[in-house]
Amino acid sequence: MTFMHKMLGATAAMALSAGAALADPAIIFDLGGKFDKSFNESAFTGAQRWAEETGGSFDEVELQSDAQREQALRRFAENGNNPIVMAGFSFATALEEIAGEYPDTKFQIIDMVVDAPNVRSVVFAEEQGSFLVGMAAAMASKTGAVGFIGGMDIPLIRNFACGYAQGAKAANADITVLSNMTGTTPAAWNDPVKGSELTLAQKSQGADVVYAAAGGTGVGVLQTAADNEMLSIGVDSNQNYLHPGKVLTSMMKRVDNAVYDAFTAGDALEPGFNVMGLNNGGVGYAMDDNNAALITADMKAALDAAEASIIAGDIMVHNYNSDETCPALDF
Amino acid sequence: MDLLTLLQMLDSTMRLATPLLLACLAGLYSERAGIFDIGLEGKMLAAAFLSAAVAYSTGSAWLGLLAGIGASLALSGIHGLASITFRGNQLISGVAINFLAAGLTVVVAQSWFGQGGRTPQLAGAARFEPITLPFAEALRDIPVLGPIYYELISGHTALVYIALLLVPVTWWVLYATRFGLRMRAVGENPAAVDTAGVSVIGLRYAAVLICGVLCGIAGAYLATALQAGFVKDMSAGRGFIALAALIFAKWRPWAVLYACLLFGFLQALALRPDVIEGVLGFKVNGQLLDVLPYILTVIILAGFVGKAIPPRAGGEPYVKER
Repeated sequence: MTFMHKMLGATAAMALSAGAALADPAIIFDLGGKFDKSFNESAFTGAQRWAEETGGSFDEVELQSDAQREQALRRFAENGNNPIVMAGFSFATALEEIAGEYPDTKFQIIDMVVDAPNVRSVVFAEEQGSFLVGMAAAMASKTGAVGFIGGMDIPLIRNFACGYAQGAKAANADITVLSNMTGTTPAAWNDPVKGSELTLAQKSQGADVVYAAAGGTGVGVLQTAADNEMLSIGVDSNQNYLHPGKVLTSMMKRVDNAVYDAFTAGDALEPGFNVMGLNNGGVGYAMDDNNAALITADMKAALDAAEASIIAGDIMVHNYNSDETCPALDF
Repeated sequence: MDLLTLLQMLDSTMRLATPLLLACLAGLYSERAGIFDIGLEGKMLAAAFLSAAVAYSTGSAWLGLLAGIGASLALSGIHGLASITFRGNQLISGVAINFLAAGLTVVVAQSWFGQGGRTPQLAGAARFEPITLPFAEALRDIPVLGPIYYELISGHTALVYIALLLVPVTWWVLYATRFGLRMRAVGENPAAVDTAGVSVIGLRYAAVLICGVLCGIAGAYLATALQAGFVKDMSAGRGFIALAALIFAKWRPWAVLYACLLFGFLQALALRPDVIEGVLGFKVNGQLLDVLPYILTVIILAGFVGKAIPPRAGGEPYVKER
């Protein structure tokens, strides 16, 4: 009986909070999970920053399976949440279906483009950030070979690899760039054991700096690199602190800024296509106490110069997604 | 391809084959006693989590190993209770264990450490360190044999050697002890065992619990020896590959070792597309190597190469009187 009472109480509380949530923004995290120390966590940080600064509240859900995408979107839209932010490219199909049904709700999708009058698509110029860390890797490498380990083999991750290879070759034309993908299913985002073995395989091919764009798999890559006197490069969030002095830098993708801006705009969120690159602080590389000794003054100067040239348009970093080819790397 | 590259690939094979081998032997005990176990994956995952969590809290990898075995044993107990005592469907119980482990590990990890369903990174004695076997350094410079001993045989963690030792031990238990004979009989014809006055239920529980211990070691190996901590879903399907290896090996201990080494080698090969291209002269798709274990298992099951006959009473709960 007590259990029944609790259930009833919980239902009542949910009904109340559902009423209160009117016009609150909402965010849906992708399968990697809210605390993946990477992409989703960055999105969460942005949402939390907004909540702390404005005192507002937001609704959130972590997906457990692909089948829930449409259901979660519909639930938030029915609930009156506005805007609804989706962290992840996989929402595109569900959003295309739903956006038209809720014309008064604003949606923001990150990492993918959905063409609808009430959708704001935010994509990041990952190739620009990856270009810079690729330069850093090539300058830090003593063996003349650097590695890339991707998660699931999709165009988005190939764009990371492509930018990285272009940057490495820009800093040292003779460098060898090794590239491996962990797998072709979503399980590839959470297989640190395979990440470790790929790192060792790249080490035996001569690489001494390795860049992981692989979600949870990257944890294994960074660990193995630290255990085997290699340098590693983190991704999405600042991961320098994971192994101080052994992570060269991290390619920051400011998903937090994208979420923060959307929440701040509220229902006045402007629809359309939006690229976050080096010029507007969307991507960059992380510098802090943990890697200060690894990035020399010369490297910093070269990176700053390259960053300025990319922003000015003097260096054009090729985007893999534009034509599905990469001038610097074969897949 | 030079000797060193080959050795590094075989070294990688050893590391990748060890969790398969442990899980596969675990399945061998359970299935030989007539209890199908597709919950190997879940048990490994639960063990991986608890071993990492306890190793982090206590700073001892060995205590972590014990905790991992404990977690796996608890799930084995559930499987035993559902499928032996209550005569439930063994496959469904196994699936339930997989789901339970996948969900519980993340939830408990989140409320324990608050790091998003992971454990903190392990360091020092909380991890199993590679063991350098005696004379490895001294013999390193001897041509061919030196590098083989140094690179391939030496330099693994204690759990790898334990896993390898378990193969002859399992063979001895199954074919040279009274317990092994009875266990095999329980998987083929439990009524005969029962007629002889031996407890079918007791034997099946014993087998399921041995399975739990071995899965526990496999999980602890993933989280505290190969990796330095737990990440959600880190077993990544290895329990299922182990099941495939078990069928491939036709439920025999030495064949299990060879099957796991073969599957491990295929995984290691998939990591080195450059080597494959160098040897064969053309590119081989990495996914092809990933599915090869399953294709081989299907071929064996279809009866093209010998015949895989599972224990006859496998999957059937034993009912004393009808």
